[in-house]
Amino acid sequence: MQQTSTLLPGEAVFRHVIKAGDYWIDTLRRGQALRIVDIEGNQSADTLFFNAADVADRYSAVDTIREQGNVYLSCGTKLLSTSGRVLARIVADTVGRHDTLGGACAAESNTVRYDLEKRTMHSCRDSYLLALAQHDALGLGKRDLTHNINFFMNVPVTSDGGLTFADGLSGPGHYVEMQAEMDVIVLISNCPQLNNPCNAYNPTPLEVLIWDGDVA
Amino acid sequence: MGYVAQRGMLRGGGELSTENSAGYETIIEGGKHWSFNVGGGTLLRLTDLEGGANAGMLFYNPQNTLERYNAPDTLKCQHTFKLTKGHCLYSDMGRIFCSIVGDTHGWHDTVCGNSTRALVAERWGEKSYQAFRNEWTQNGYDAFLVEAGKYGLGRRDLAANVNWFSKVAVADDGRMVFDARFPKAGAVVELRFEMDTLVLMHTCPHPLNTASEYPRKPLKLRFGKTQPVAADDFCKNSRPENLRGFANTDLYRRFAQGT
Repeated sequence: MQQTSTLLPGEAVFRHVIKAGDYWIDTLRRGQALRIVDIEGNQSADTLFFNAADVADRYSAVDTIREQGNVYLSCGTKLLSTSGRVLARIVADTVGRHDTLGGACAAESNTVRYDLEKRTMHSCRDSYLLALAQHDALGLGKRDLTHNINFFMNVPVTSDGGLTFADGLSGPGHYVEMQAEMDVIVLISNCPQLNNPCNAYNPTPLEVLIWDGDVA
Repeated sequence: MGYVAQRGMLRGGGELSTENSAGYETIIEGGKHWSFNVGGGTLLRLTDLEGGANAGMLFYNPQNTLERYNAPDTLKCQHTFKLTKGHCLYSDMGRIFCSIVGDTHGWHDTVCGNSTRALVAERWGEKSYQAFRNEWTQNGYDAFLVEAGKYGLGRRDLAANVNWFSKVAVADDGRMVFDARFPKAGAVVELRFEMDTLVLMHTCPHPLNTASEYPRKPLKLRFGKTQPVAADDFCKNSRPENLRGFANTDLYRRFAQGT
């Protein structure tokens, strides 16, 4: 479902551009709203969430889609953790459909999908691993890199059980916004994939904005 | 038991070479859990004896359990949402734990996760160990935690699992539909392991199963050995991606495992 936001960029307490192929990691406090903007369009934002108070409790793609009974994420989706708690809710979305089945690209899966000799191309998992290594005080590592959300990616499932990678429904300036239901660590890889249309073969920047919210 | 009659339906599957040698066969009752290590070259045949079984499964490299089954990679590498014959189950390192060399069921889920204690209690009511002993209502998530713990693994190590013998389809608008009409008594899946693998499993109900009573369906497992993978192997050649997955797995076995 498409829904615009009433929050004004000028009132954001934090703004940051994630360059193509870079990562961003930060903690979102309960009640804060996070907007991810697809500045130039068709750019996948590979995103993970962790319960900041218990990092073993983290975003669970399978629990999220099963409990909402739908494989696509959009406005109204509750992002559930592995223990079934609500980490955040999607409160605005100008795209209407986001993927959480396709996972993140990695050097190793690239060898299978494209060519064994493409093993050295930059990938989301490389960004994730560097992020966790450079923030090792969080105590996170490879085992914590579970199945992520691909904001702005369109991966339709067919009725006969196929999986297709379609052109993105997003475009320049489209955004998705979520409100944290607890303190969460957010990790985003701005996807560097060059081998398929998820970034229109040309990775571009994303912007993240944060607003303080009313915490009842 | 219909499963004997179904055996003739395994076209092109791995040939069990254990008919006259030392294989192993066991039945895991519904609502239980188990784990085991298998070597590359093992053929595991799963049989849904009564129809309606659900077998949750996770896979790890026993030499480095950070390498584990990755459902998103498995699906996107093969452009599929369901699992069936011809598909390979990939690790996050671009290697193949096992190939599905036989399947009379036709559609297996790997995106719905597990039943939980809360889900089981809400849907069927909780039967405690104190009152019901081993007929208690075990759930898939706790079952995996118990098995994972035997290898030093925990909450952080669970991932999206396979749910053998459970079909969940998707409508055009994304709605997920558990197909309760789909169970087939005697349905068989055959897994050919392409590398050494640690397998965690449970036979707890699928989380979208809305049966009126807690489904407690048995699963038969039969272990044997397979022949080496032929150049014209069905799974290896079912997609160009799988040729590359087999090449990665072969490199690992040759240079890291020396086999």
